Amino acid sequence: MLRVDDVSWAVPAARILDGVTCAAPRGSLVGLLGPNGSGKTTLLRIVAGLLPAGSGAVTLDGDTVAAMPRAVAARRMALLAQHSETDLDLTVTEVVLLGRTPHRRSRWSEGDTDRAIAGQVLDQVDLADFADRKWQTLSGGERQRVQLARALAQEPELLLLDEPTNHLDIGHQLQLLHLVRRSGTTTLAALHDLNLAAMFCDLVVVLDQGRVAASGAPFKVLTPDLLKQVYGVDADVTTHDGRPVITYRRPT
Amino acid sequence: MLAAGLVLSVGAAVTVGPADLSMGTVWSVVAAHTGLAESTVPLLRDHIVWELRLPRVIAAAVVGAGLAVVGAVLQTVTRNPLADPYLLGVSSGASLGAVGVIVLGLGAGVAALAGGAFLGALAAFALVLLIAGWRGTLRPTRVVLAGVAIAQLCAALTSFVIIWAADPHATQSITFWLSGSMARADWTALAWAGVALGVALVVILWHARALNAFAFGEEAAAALGIAVGRVRWVLLVVAALLTAVLVAVSGAIGFVGLILPHAARFVTGPDHRRLLPVVALAGAIFLIWVDTAARTVFEPRELPAGVLTAVIGVPAFVILLSRGRDAAR
Repeated sequence: MLRVDDVSWAVPAARILDGVTCAAPRGSLVGLLGPNGSGKTTLLRIVAGLLPAGSGAVTLDGDTVAAMPRAVAARRMALLAQHSETDLDLTVTEVVLLGRTPHRRSRWSEGDTDRAIAGQVLDQVDLADFADRKWQTLSGGERQRVQLARALAQEPELLLLDEPTNHLDIGHQLQLLHLVRRSGTTTLAALHDLNLAAMFCDLVVVLDQGRVAASGAPFKVLTPDLLKQVYGVDADVTTHDGRPVITYRRPT
Repeated sequence: MLAAGLVLSVGAAVTVGPADLSMGTVWSVVAAHTGLAESTVPLLRDHIVWELRLPRVIAAAVVGAGLAVVGAVLQTVTRNPLADPYLLGVSSGASLGAVGVIVLGLGAGVAALAGGAFLGALAAFALVLLIAGWRGTLRPTRVVLAGVAIAQLCAALTSFVIIWAADPHATQSITFWLSGSMARADWTALAWAGVALGVALVVILWHARALNAFAFGEEAAAALGIAVGRVRWVLLVVAALLTAVLVAVSGAIGFVGLILPHAARFVTGPDHRRLLPVVALAGAIFLIWVDTAARTVFEPRELPAGVLTAVIGVPAFVILLSRGRDAAR
């Protein structure tokens, strides 16, 4: 279980995060929502241990993330970025095997376990036939699925997703979040699309100017009042299949 | 296979030159000097092999291997496909150092020149680190920009010193040195360069998997458990020190450190565990033959090796580029 306890972070000109407290219970998918610049990415980077928190603490099953050596942190948490780019001529399997880097037994070569896990996670994201394809020939949706497989190959306790569906069409957005859900890994995901969040998340945390504006189950948090207050939009919230559905109104 | 190619290249390249020598003669000279057999070769021929040609061929191998590996590492660490060993301002610093030694009359010998070049290279790199690391982390873009700035400054100062000195003899020897040549190689310089290359190769190969993790950028590497800051520091410093030693031996030889890593990637793919050994051997073999051509094709005149690397290398690279693309798609 992930706990974020009273985390703050500031640059000389501004407070980016101001006393953020939230949690992700084991096996849950928690959506991190909020307008641009509300601090979602900063919070994800602090949780991942890539940025030291100004104050407060992040713990994973009671262990302080800031005190973990990098390799240990990378065995317990995996990060999926908005999109990943490289000039190198890598194959899909080579990309997935990068996820085994923190688990290396030998400095030089992969073991049979590593290769078996790579095959297994590719199967998990429905890309078993893509093992020998070149990364450069893949579509945006396929690339994100390969990166998800790479993240799963790290065998993390916690998946961190930074707006992973931003550059994808709706079909691939649904598919990616479905695959994340299906993996059963505890996940903290920064998301822009509120309906997508409502559809897949057990809990949502809404950030506004570095503070937690609201958190809890989607149908409790995503109300017209909150959307007006945080995003400044008028919207109707209805229910479909027991999940909230947001319909926006044109600004007047 | 490449390793065998290297051994054969060394042997064969030594036989090429104005004095006619056979492979057999070369091997028996080497055997005699390493204490494996009694010498059966006349003293003059022994001298040509052991004092003139062999140091030169081995220097070409060491310099070629070193530059190619450093180029490959810097291209990965800075994520810049145009990175080469001279990116860090090292070669321009070395030129300035060497020129300074000649012009100030501190000595004209090989040792003085190499010493001046080495010190100049270190000073330039220290300056680059200072600028790039000033009030901030050592970001690759800052390192590259600082390197370019220092290189420009050193080049300008070098031109100034050459013009100011107005000594035609000095100017000629400087120009030849700036274009890069193995002509001054001797066993002492080689011992230094060999040790530097050996140490650097161990450190760099030790980080081969970490280098792979840089494929999707630094943040991705950090998220894969790589201590990015430490790895980058270690590799930049090792790369700069090795380049400084190599430049002191041979002057600035372009092209090898820029193009050979790309050529090798076409063959091995981007995995550094395969790429680094292959690029080292390929760099060694390439520069051995370039230098052999440089000293024999226009006999008795000698071309700077730095001129020939591009003339020979570019067509070869163009062929690889067109074939590599077919293979990849």
